[in-house]
Amino acid sequence: MRRALVIAVPYFWLLALFLVPFLIVLKISLSDTELAIPPYTPTLDLSEGWAGFRAFLAALDLENFTFLTTDDLYWKAYLSSLQIAVVSTFLTLLVGYPIAYGMARADEAWRPTLLMLVILPFWTSFLIRVYSWMGILSQEGYLNQLLVGLGVISEPLTILNTNTAVYIGIVYTYLPFMILPIYATLERMDASLLEAAEDLGCSRLSAFWLVTVPLSKSGIIAGCFLVFIPTIGEFVIPSLLGGSQTLMIGKVLWEEFFSNRDWPVASAVAVILLLILVIPIILFQRNEQRQREAEGK
Amino acid sequence: MRRFSWFNATALTLGFAFLYLPMLILIIYSFNGGRLVTVWSGFSTKWYGELFRNEAFLDAAWVTLKVAVFSSTIATVLGTMAAYVLIRGGRFLGRTLFSGMIYAPLVMPEVITGLSLLLLFIGIGLDRGILTIVLAHTTFSMCYVSVVVSSRLVTFDRSLEEAALDLGCTPFDAFRLVTLPIIAPAVISGWLLAFTLSLDDLVIASFTSGPSATTLPIKIFSAVRLGVSPEINALSTLLIAIVAVGVITASLVSKRAIIRRQRDEQAAIKAVA
Repeated sequence: MRRALVIAVPYFWLLALFLVPFLIVLKISLSDTELAIPPYTPTLDLSEGWAGFRAFLAALDLENFTFLTTDDLYWKAYLSSLQIAVVSTFLTLLVGYPIAYGMARADEAWRPTLLMLVILPFWTSFLIRVYSWMGILSQEGYLNQLLVGLGVISEPLTILNTNTAVYIGIVYTYLPFMILPIYATLERMDASLLEAAEDLGCSRLSAFWLVTVPLSKSGIIAGCFLVFIPTIGEFVIPSLLGGSQTLMIGKVLWEEFFSNRDWPVASAVAVILLLILVIPIILFQRNEQRQREAEGK
Repeated sequence: MRRFSWFNATALTLGFAFLYLPMLILIIYSFNGGRLVTVWSGFSTKWYGELFRNEAFLDAAWVTLKVAVFSSTIATVLGTMAAYVLIRGGRFLGRTLFSGMIYAPLVMPEVITGLSLLLLFIGIGLDRGILTIVLAHTTFSMCYVSVVVSSRLVTFDRSLEEAALDLGCTPFDAFRLVTLPIIAPAVISGWLLAFTLSLDDLVIASFTSGPSATTLPIKIFSAVRLGVSPEINALSTLLIAIVAVGVITASLVSKRAIIRRQRDEQAAIKAVA
């Protein structure tokens, strides 16, 4: 009896507040836009029984999805979100790998402190971390002051409100997600393998490419997905650091909902976004599974 | 063990400078006296004073704190139950769906979670306010709690629970007297995680809050959209300080608890021998 209760409470909580809301999004994405509150039709009227259900089904259509394909804005936004996510994941890997490598090679007594220093920003407000770059990157910001002061440039650079600023923001905020899984694989690595490679005539660099990188592959993959997946739907970074030409689907959805008040189109945007995310999520899960199996052996 | 090379030292120095400099600059400039945020014009704490006189910020802070306390506490209870069900619950109808619903919110884009919850609240005619934000935050943070707690439950020696049951405990007592004290550190870090997630959240709160309840992140976001502001610098500094103190204290306390437990265990082994 108690067991049933322990299962039922979290189960029904998630059904009611996760699954049902998602089904509502799906339903509204198939409904027509109306100038009313709430601004959509149809609603499922259960009191009319079977006839009501049939009327509900008859009113559903793919109009909003066809609308998404006719307006350039949407598919451009999906493509540019994907592109921004790919580029910034790669940049995060380039920045994160040396840090993870340095941590794994640091003195054992130092490692907990270094780990703590990587995790600490993760606990700090995301919004504040993104905001901290606005003062640095703006036209009269600290970076431009520094560069002009040093005589590197004569005119201040425009970085804030461009895609460059978005890349910087993503690399900065998601860096811990990249460092931690790579560090975990590098830390477990047996250093004698590198000695063996060098004894067998590898140079340091080729030992790195032939031994270290393949052994840290699962960490690299996990880190890349952990950055890539949340970046696609990102809203805060493009809206604070990006400019008007920065198209990201999270921002489009937000504006569709809050500014245009077009709920059905916003819901259709959400459904497609989720479909795009399914593939990387499945790949990520598979990578995790394989790693668990490898560790189990 | 290879020797620590110059390359590693450089990577670490640059890496940590990158991670910490932006926040450091923010903190330094929060003590800047002038209205122009990027030009240093002398040390002053006047923006902190302005902040504490700003009713709107204080109200938002109070709402945020209430939401965080309630949602993280409910999420910890639900998340611990969910973790226990996943790891110890055995088979039951719809187990796959259940574990799917635990993991899906972790990868769901916030804009979708926010949108879907808002549509639900409107659908059932629930007025948006503190209650709806608490419901929304509880839902996503209970999943994080459950991941943290279940990773602890997996590594935990099941025979301890079985011993308690053999010695006449009811399953509930075995959980209360044996399991809970052992997984307590994970439950506490789950609560902390849920608490900070709730404090930070902008997107889901924006969708699920009404005009009657504005949280601090919503307030900060609408203020910084137009540009850098000295008051927000002061507010950010305070939030960074609170988090840093909290995280460092929590990790020191848990380190001490681990050391004490190890000492107790060794003492017990000696006593038996």
